[in-house]
Amino acid sequence: MSRPMPRASGYFRTDYRRDLGLVETRLEWTSLALFIVALLAFPFLASPFHLDLACQVFLAAIGSLSLMLLTGYAGQISLGHAGLLAAGAFTVGILFREVQAPFWLTLPAAALVGGLLGILFGLPSLRLRGLYLAVSTLALHFVVVYLGGEYETRRGFSTGITIDPPQIFGRALTSNRAWYFILLVFAAATLLICVNLLRSRTGRAWGAIRARETVAEALGIGVAGYKLLAFVISSAITAVAGALFAYYRGFVSVEAFSLFLSISYVAMTIIGGMGSLLGALLGAVFVTLFPYVIEAGLLALPGAQRYAGQLFAVNYSAFGLVMILFLVFEPLGLVGIWHRIQAYFLLWPFKHRPLSGSRK
Amino acid sequence: MQLIVNIVVLAAIYALISCGYVLVYRVSRVLNLAHGELMMLGAYLLLSTAGLFAGNPMAAIAVALLLSLTVGILVYVLLMRKMTGEMVLAAVLTTVALGILLRGLVVLVWSAQQQNPAQPLAFTNAAIELPGGGRISIFAGILVLVTAATYAVVFAFLRFGRWGVRMRAAGQNPLLAAQRGVNLHAIYALAWSLSTLTGSMAGMLIALDSGLDSTMVIIGLKAFPAALVGGLDSLLGALAGSLIVAAAEVLAIHYIDPLLSDVVPFLVLIAMLAVRPWGLFGTREELDRV
Repeated sequence: MSRPMPRASGYFRTDYRRDLGLVETRLEWTSLALFIVALLAFPFLASPFHLDLACQVFLAAIGSLSLMLLTGYAGQISLGHAGLLAAGAFTVGILFREVQAPFWLTLPAAALVGGLLGILFGLPSLRLRGLYLAVSTLALHFVVVYLGGEYETRRGFSTGITIDPPQIFGRALTSNRAWYFILLVFAAATLLICVNLLRSRTGRAWGAIRARETVAEALGIGVAGYKLLAFVISSAITAVAGALFAYYRGFVSVEAFSLFLSISYVAMTIIGGMGSLLGALLGAVFVTLFPYVIEAGLLALPGAQRYAGQLFAVNYSAFGLVMILFLVFEPLGLVGIWHRIQAYFLLWPFKHRPLSGSRK
Repeated sequence: MQLIVNIVVLAAIYALISCGYVLVYRVSRVLNLAHGELMMLGAYLLLSTAGLFAGNPMAAIAVALLLSLTVGILVYVLLMRKMTGEMVLAAVLTTVALGILLRGLVVLVWSAQQQNPAQPLAFTNAAIELPGGGRISIFAGILVLVTAATYAVVFAFLRFGRWGVRMRAAGQNPLLAAQRGVNLHAIYALAWSLSTLTGSMAGMLIALDSGLDSTMVIIGLKAFPAALVGGLDSLLGALAGSLIVAAAEVLAIHYIDPLLSDVVPFLVLIAMLAVRPWGLFGTREELDRV
C-alpha cells in the first residue's frame, strides 16, 4: 500500500523490514504509545455513561471499518449494512434462545452467516453497478429484517429477544469496564485486519476494481471473485459487530435495525472521508457522539424542559443537515480537513505544493 | 371483486408516487430517495392550509399544491443544483440526507401524532358500493381518477409540450441540449417541482383517505420498487410496475401473510434486478460506477 501520509523531512526506507513496518518514525511510536496508554487508562477514569459511549463508538467503528472496506476501497455501494448487523444479532439471539449456545460458538456462527449473506448481497454486484447495486442491497436489507421480525412473532418474542451476558471462565460479563476492553480488542483487531488486507494483493485488486473494472479485468484480476470476496469479508465482520451489539445490549429486536441505521453507517464513511480507514474511525466517533452532543447543547439552552420532548426530532434534522453540509462542502470528509491542516504545516510558509519538475 | 378494487387503488397510489421518481430520474439521472418525505411534507402542508382556510377547502388544496410546487423548486435551487455533475452516489446520498432532515423538521413542526386533514376541511369519507360487490372509499376513488388524469397530462406534456420536449432532450443528452439553448437549470427545477407536486397530490389524497403521520414515508419507499420494476426512465413502465407490485402485494397479504406487506415490493424488485435490471420498459444504459 502506498502511503498517503506526507513526510516533511527526508525519511527513507532502506530495507524491506522497514517497508513492511506499520509504525515508522519515533514520533509515530511515541504518539501511538501515548494513545494506547490513554485508551487503557480511560475506563478507570471515566464515568459509566462515558464508558457506555466509548463502547458504542467501538461497535460503530467495527461496522464502519467493514463498510469502508467495501465502499471506500472495493467501490461497491451498500445500503443494506443494517441488514447484516441484524443478521449477526439475530444469529446470536436465535442460537441462544433455541440451543443455549455459548458465545464462542455464536460469534463464529454469526461470522459464517454474515459471510454467506455476503455472497447473497454480493451476487447482484456481478451484474449491477452504482445506483442499481445500492438499490438491490437496500431491498435485501428489508428481506433480512422481515425474516428477523417473522422469527420474533412466530416464536412469541414480539417485543424482542433477551440474551444473557456471555460467560467467560464461569463469570458473567456484565461490567462495563470488561466490555470496554473486549470491544477495544475487537475494534483493534478489525483495524489490523483491514490495514493488512488493504496493503496485500487483495487490497490492490480491490483498488484496481474501484478505479476501473475493465482495466482490472485486463490486468488479470478475477473481478467477480474479488468483488464477492469484498462482500464476504465485509459482511462477516459486520455480522460479528451485530453479534457483539446483541451481547452488549443483552437484547435483540428488529426495531433497532431500521433503514436509518444503514444510512448512519453510510454517513460515517462519508463524514469520515471515503477511502480512508482513519476516516472510518473518525466517522464512527463523530456519528456516534453527535446526538449526545446535540442533546447536551440543547439542554444547556435556557428553558431546556420545553425542548425535551422534541429532542428526537431535533437530532434527526441536525443529522440530516450535517450530512448535507459534508456532502456539499466537504466531500472528502473529516480526513480531508485533517490532510489540509497537515499540508498547511508541512508546506509552511508556502501555500501550495510546488509543481513536480519545477525544482532543480 | 374487492381484491381487484384493492389492487387498483394500491396500484394508483404507487403509480402516482412513482411518477415523481421517474420524472426526476428521467431528466436528471438522480434517484430521489427523499420523495417519500417530500410527499409527506405535501400532506402536512395541506394540514396547515386546511387550518388557515377552514371554510374553503378548494382554496386550501390549491394553496397547498402551490406551496409544494415551490418546495420542489427550492429543493433544486438550494440543494440539488450544487450536486449536478457530482458522482451519482453523492447525489443520491444527498437526497437521503434531505429526507432525514425533512422527517425531523416535519415532526418538529407538526408533532408525531396521527392527524387527518379531512377533519378541518369537513370532508367525509364514505364508502361507495361498486357494481359487482366491491367497496371503495370516496378518496380512494378520487385517487384513482387523479392518477389517471395526472398520467394523461404528463404524457401529453412530455410528448407535445414545448417544455416537455426540452425535458426529454435534457434527459437524453444534457450537453447537446444545453448547446441547443435549453436552460438546463430551469429544466431540472421544473422536473423537481413537477415531481414534488405529483408526490404531494398522492400524499394529500392518502392522508385524506386514511390519516397522516410520519409512517407515510414507508409508502413512498415502497412505491420506489414499482418505479424501478417498470424502468426508472419510463412513465409507461411506472404504470406497469405499479400494477405488478400492487397485485403481488395485495395477493400476498390476502393469501399468505399480512406481515409480508412491507417486504413484497422489495422481493419483486430483487427478482426484477436479477432478470432485467433496467426494468420492463426502461432503456438499457451504461450502469454507472461509484
